Parts: sequence; structure tokens; C-alpha cells
Amino acid sequence: MAQVTSPPDPVKVVDDTTTARRRYSSDAAGLGRLRAGAFVAPALALIAVFLVFPALWVIYLGLMNYRLTGLAAADPQFVGLDNFLQAITDPNFWDSTWLTFQFVLGSAVIGQVVLGFTIAWMLRDWRGPLKRIVEGLVILAWILPSAVVSFLWVALLDRDSGTLNALLGIEGFAWLLDHPMLSIIIFNTWRGTAFSMMLYGAALGNVPPSHLESARLAGASGWQQLRDVVFPHIRGHILTNLLLISLWTFNDFSPFLLTAGGPDGKSEVLAVHVYKTALQSGDLGYGAAISTVILLINLVVAVFYLRLLRSKK
Amino acid sequence: MTRFVAGRIGFYTLIAVLLAFFTIPLLWLATAPFTSDPTYEVRVPDFTFENFQMIIDHPYALWSLVNSLVLSIGTALLVVVLSALAAYALSRVRLPGRDALLYALLLLSSIITGTAAMVPLFQLAIELNLIDSHTGLILILSGGLLPAAIFMIKDFMDSTPKSYEESARVFGASPLQIVAHVVVPLVRPGLATIAVWTVANVWGNFLMPYLLLSDVEKQPAAVIMYTLYTEGGQANLKVLSTFGLLYSIPVVLMYLFVSKKYGFRFHGGIKR
Repeated sequence: MAQVTSPPDPVKVVDDTTTARRRYSSDAAGLGRLRAGAFVAPALALIAVFLVFPALWVIYLGLMNYRLTGLAAADPQFVGLDNFLQAITDPNFWDSTWLTFQFVLGSAVIGQVVLGFTIAWMLRDWRGPLKRIVEGLVILAWILPSAVVSFLWVALLDRDSGTLNALLGIEGFAWLLDHPMLSIIIFNTWRGTAFSMMLYGAALGNVPPSHLESARLAGASGWQQLRDVVFPHIRGHILTNLLLISLWTFNDFSPFLLTAGGPDGKSEVLAVHVYKTALQSGDLGYGAAISTVILLINLVVAVFYLRLLRSKK
Repeated sequence: MTRFVAGRIGFYTLIAVLLAFFTIPLLWLATAPFTSDPTYEVRVPDFTFENFQMIIDHPYALWSLVNSLVLSIGTALLVVVLSALAAYALSRVRLPGRDALLYALLLLSSIITGTAAMVPLFQLAIELNLIDSHTGLILILSGGLLPAAIFMIKDFMDSTPKSYEESARVFGASPLQIVAHVVVPLVRPGLATIAVWTVANVWGNFLMPYLLLSDVEKQPAAVIMYTLYTEGGQANLKVLSTFGLLYSIPVVLMYLFVSKKYGFRFHGGIKR
């Protein structure tokens, strides 16, 4: 009978052929695991030596009294948690942490997010040259080399002949000396707004126009539309944006190019603090301990971010 | 009606303020290089090209741009080749622990920044005798950029059809031939993206060359730019402004090229 000679379970056979094809087609070039491993190995080797190893070594260094020069350079001793204890009892470390907090909160969380969203929101229905000019200038501030833009701000804020003082009609106001934190916060807002602007620009494109339309018809004000229609739609984008720019700003070294942490450490954020203690004063062990703290903070933010990405998928 | 007009006026005022905020700091870079006696103040230039002559005569300026080019191209080549090979293998072959590896790579590249790793990298460079070596710096920069590059290029690999590779295999091509002649042409836009992204990253990077290159003849433009305005009394604004402009132009050209050709795309968002 036909049924007996036919394959016992047609559904299963179909299944088998598709999985077989999938397995075959997924390794279409016939690499095999060995050659695939050989393809991955060089990249992994570089990452292991120059990225993973330094991250592990920084923890080890933090437990030693390594110095750049002198006796401790030749024969470093294991000092356990001394460097970490020294850090948490050192007012300079806490000052620096507080300044970093101000820097991240002021320039990233408030400055870049608010400005980036405002620009994206204002330009959302625009087409044409004016939109391209505004966006182009914001992006220009983001893509130019940091050494160049830092000097542009040094020129802008110069005490005697800077453009800002000329525009404001005040003379001899030393922005970088009298208000170093404010200066680097405004600078970094200017520097980094482009990313938030582009992200929110893309996010606002996903808000269904019909929802906005019906909110408008129901008599919602501009702010109510934002609060009730737009924000619920782009909540994921806002969180992504906040985590990424906080991470970048936290690790940003460009304040060094503008104020070098001065005057008197008044703008010495942690990134600059590590450089100064470890590589200028030569206290590598103590610098490594602070680096470990930075790594841990990065880890917390990054894990949070990756969980967010996963939950979205 | 008056409310509408007031709203419009407010809107355009805000746009004007924003435009001013983003334009004013840049004006100096556009005017000072063409001014015969530039100061910190922005002035209407008299369109001289003398300052460019000073750059040619400067002992380190042009060489530092060459150094930047060497570092950028070297890193881009290494990153493109290694990330393409790795991403291809990871995209097509189910290696054990692949997903965990990719997750770890993404995590590592976002937490181990130049700031967090400057102390051990400096030590490592001393131990391996890589101070003042372009090769050493290229290896270190590549190590930092590779995880994100693998991630980005794997996206391109995943979305290319596999049927071409199958037919090439039927005709007896070896795996390496297939990668070189079939896969690479298919993912060329992805490779170009990685190359441009790497060049932009290395071209602007200040911290790593500042730490690891002390020989002024080997330093790239980022470090020379910083040296020009911090060292030795009164900064020479003719050299500084002109050099800043020359150093910036390639970045702007690259951006225009990328946004024209591919549109500006978002990738995971990793920037070091």
C-alpha cells in the first residue's frame, strides 16, 4: 500500500532536510571548525594581549607599590589593599570623583540630552538646507579632532582677546581660571550633542504621526503631547542614550586638553587624576587602584546597557 | 494669532541662539589661517596664504600629519583584515561558546577605555619595548578597536546571502578563495565603514600617542597640536591655526564621503 512504502513520517523528513540544508548553508564556504578557529585567532590574540590583559593587570598593579622611578620601580612590593585605602582616605580622590559627577551630570545627562533632544524635536518636520546647516554644524563639533576643538575653546575663552569676552563686552574675564568646571561642562555639551541629536532624530521618526495628530485634535498642548505621546514611545532610546553618553563622558580625557585639570585641581576629573598621579607623579600603583575603580564603574554601566539591549530583542 | 506669532518668534530665536552657540567656536578655525597676523579674536581675514608656507617650513608639522596617516592606515588595514576574518568565521560557523564570546567582546570594548587602561598599557609598552614605536601603537590601538569592529562587520556578514558561497564551493573553490573572491566583494560597504571608522578614531586619538610616543619626530598631529599650544611661552597662532585647519580637513572630507555614499548609520554605539 502506498502508505506503507511512503516515508513513515513526512513531517519529520521535511524537518530533517531543512535542518540539513541549514547546517550546510550556514557554513557555506566549508570552513569547518578548525579553519574557523584559525580565522578568529589573530583578532582574539590582539584583543587578549592589548585589551584583556591590561584590564587584569591593572588590578594586580593596584595591589603593588609600583612607581615609575626610584627604589619601588626596581623592586615593587605587594601592599594589598593599601592603594585602595589610600584612595578612599585621600580628599583629592573624593574631590576628583565629585568633579567627575558634576561633569557627567552637567555636560552629558543635562547638557547633551536636553540640547540634543531640543534640536531633534525642533527640526523634526523640517526638510531642506536650514536643517542640513544646523545638523552639519552640530556634527562638525563632534567629528573634529579633540586637540583642535580644545584649542578653539582656549581661543574662544581667552582672557584678553577671546571672542566670548568681546561678544559679551567684558574685559579680562578669565573663564578657564575662574570657572574651569563650567568651562569644560559647556565645552563638552557643545562637543557631544551631535550623538544625542541624531539618536533622538531617529527615535522621533518612529513615533506614529497619527498618535500626535489625535493628541492635537484632543486639544493637548505641546508639552502634553511630548509627555503623553512622545516620551512613552522613545523611552528605550532615552535610556540607551543616557547610559552611552554617561559612559563616554565619564571616560573622556579631553578636559585635560582644555585645562589640564587646573587651576589647583579644580577641574581634575578622574580621567585626568589618573594621568596626573600615575604618569606625571609616577605613582603607578595608586593610579592603577583608581583605574580599577573606573573599570568597575564602567562595568556596572555597561552591564546595565547590555541587559537593556537584550531585553529589547 | 498673537500667540502663534510669539511662538514662531521664540522658535526662530532659539534656532538662532543654537546656531550661534555651535558656530562661534568654529569661526576662528575658518578665519585665522587666512589672516596675516592672527590673534585669539575672530576677525575678517585678509586672505593671505603665507601661513601655509610656515607650515611647510615647520620642522615637525607636516611630518606629524604623515605620522597620523601612517598610524591611521596601518591600524585600519590591520583592523579590517582581522575583524573581517574573525567576523566571517563567527557568522558562518557555530564555534563553541560563540555567543558568550561575542557578548564578552562587546562588554570588554565598552568598559576598557583608554582612561581605565592607560597605566597598564604604559607599563606593557615599556616591558615589550614598544615605546616610541609606530608598530607598537598600531597593535595597541587595533586591540582596542577590534571588538567593536568585529561586532559591526558581523552584522553585514549575517545579512549577505550564502548562495554565492555555495555555488563557488560547488565549482571547487577553496575556503580562502571563497572569502577573498566572493565574500569580500559582497561586504565591501561594511569593510569601507570599518576602515573609515578606524581612521577617524585613530586620526583624532590623543591619549595613546601622547602616552606612548615621546620622540617628537614620531608623534602624530594630535600630539603636535597640543604641544604647539602648551609649550614654550607665546603660542605661534599662525602655525597653530593653519595646522589645526590642515589636520581637520581630512576628517570633514571623510564625513562628507561617508554620509553621501552610505548615509550616516548607527552601529551599536561604541566610540573610544
